[in-house]
Amino acid sequence: MLSPADIAEKEPAPSRKASGRSPLCRAAGLGLAGLARLLAGASIRWIASQPDTCQRVYFANHTSHLDALIVWSSLPQTVRELTRPVAAKDYWSRGLVRRWLAEEVFDAILIDRTDIKVHQSPVDMMLREAGTTHSLIVFPEGGRSSTGEVGEFKSGLYYLAKKRPDLELIPVHIDNLNRVLPRGEFLPVPLLSCISFGPPMWLERGEAKLDFLARARRAVLALKE
Amino acid sequence: MNDNRTIALVAGVLALLTAATAVGQFLKRHPDRGLDPAAIRTFNNRLRGWWILCTVLAAAFWLGTTATVVLFGLVSFWALREFITLTPTRKGDHRALFWVFFLFTPLHYVLVGLNRYDVFSVFLPVYATLFVLARVAFAGDYKRFLERTAKIQAGLVVCVYCLSFAPALLQIPIEGASDADRTGNFRLLFFLILLVQFADCMQYVWSRMLGQRLVASAVSSNRTWEGLLGSATSTALLAAVLWWAAPPFQLWQATLAGLVVAVMGFAGGMTMSAIKRDRGVKDYGTLVVGHGGVLDRIDSMCFAAPVFYHITLLITGVKPG
Repeated sequence: MLSPADIAEKEPAPSRKASGRSPLCRAAGLGLAGLARLLAGASIRWIASQPDTCQRVYFANHTSHLDALIVWSSLPQTVRELTRPVAAKDYWSRGLVRRWLAEEVFDAILIDRTDIKVHQSPVDMMLREAGTTHSLIVFPEGGRSSTGEVGEFKSGLYYLAKKRPDLELIPVHIDNLNRVLPRGEFLPVPLLSCISFGPPMWLERGEAKLDFLARARRAVLALKE
Repeated sequence: MNDNRTIALVAGVLALLTAATAVGQFLKRHPDRGLDPAAIRTFNNRLRGWWILCTVLAAAFWLGTTATVVLFGLVSFWALREFITLTPTRKGDHRALFWVFFLFTPLHYVLVGLNRYDVFSVFLPVYATLFVLARVAFAGDYKRFLERTAKIQAGLVVCVYCLSFAPALLQIPIEGASDADRTGNFRLLFFLILLVQFADCMQYVWSRMLGQRLVASAVSSNRTWEGLLGSATSTALLAAVLWWAAPPFQLWQATLAGLVVAVMGFAGGMTMSAIKRDRGVKDYGTLVVGHGGVLDRIDSMCFAAPVFYHITLLITGVKPG
């Protein structure tokens, strides 16, 4: 089990604080957040939950390439600057614009889905990158569902919770975004979507992996209404 | 702006709104009058909506015809968004919808702005329909084909095509006015908006006061025949009182227009209620917390605008375009 102090000692978190980013990147971030919310007509609900700058893991259902961007945009600016989406390297490092956006604007943590090694597990990398200040946005289904149903959660969320029990886990439900930009499409249709943030949850003492993952999935589904 | 009729109309509206606001605030501060507090809240909310509506309209009118057309275009776009959001579409509709939103809707409003009645009157009902049918067929998903294409088509016609007849009123040549002077047209458009809003309100009031027979209880639990009749009569009366503000009309013509606007507005409200009931939502704006949707506000307008437009053409005998 890692404590925040351990992480800080072992490996200093990358000191790319929001203030360290160039004004251009910050302006691009603000503009993009506004544009994304306008295009996806996102209304944002906090259900029994409040935005906070404390360290959190936001976990959401995955329906569209826009998901990470929209969840990130839905957070208030102070929270957003401390929050880093976890995204697939194969998608976000392709092309100059995408890479610039991922690296400089969202400050994303890119995970190589094709080359997962035992000694370099994605969970450890996420925690290392998060350090003691950053929050994460993760999609525990591992890929986009094409039907709109929420798939089974992969175990990464469980190990995140186990290694860092101090992190608040916030369920997020993304509604209708799969119709704005479905899988395999590149032109968006400007429908209205809804992003709901739920109350924080934690891994219970002695809770089995599958039970926890099922509970987390239910927490996301519960936000549907 | 410096003609007497416009000044009278603006002054009248301002005076009425101010008086109503004063009454609303008075009732809010004195809740012991035996009136339903919920009704007072509704009244005050409505009033706030009218202040906003009047301010936005005044700004658009002041900026001119193009600004007004753009404003209505944006409203159409937003209403169509709400309509399609609450309509189940399939992935095969995606590309068709993209063009509907980003090509057909804006282009239609450009044609309205250019005063090309000959083109814009058929552009959406004919060409957009053909395009949507073919594009969805090309996408290869035939499941519930007619149902899906009909939904997109209905959204386009109601939210975009019908509503655009309101700003199209600004293009009708009015006898005695020079081409550059559009004040009369703006008064005509405001006349329509005022009648639609008034008819909505009167429908509610008459239904609450005398309502006995529901038109269709499964569709709407507060729209009654008494409401329809009362609203048609009161709106015709208001139109008669204000006939001097709408340039091409004589007294009887304005009265007739008022009557028709009230009936059409009622029909629009019923139609949208039926769609909402089918989708199991209370209003189109449920996705935007705390707001009714844009479509909830303009449903009567969408139905009344084209009829009002064509009545105006028939009565004045002018050729559009």
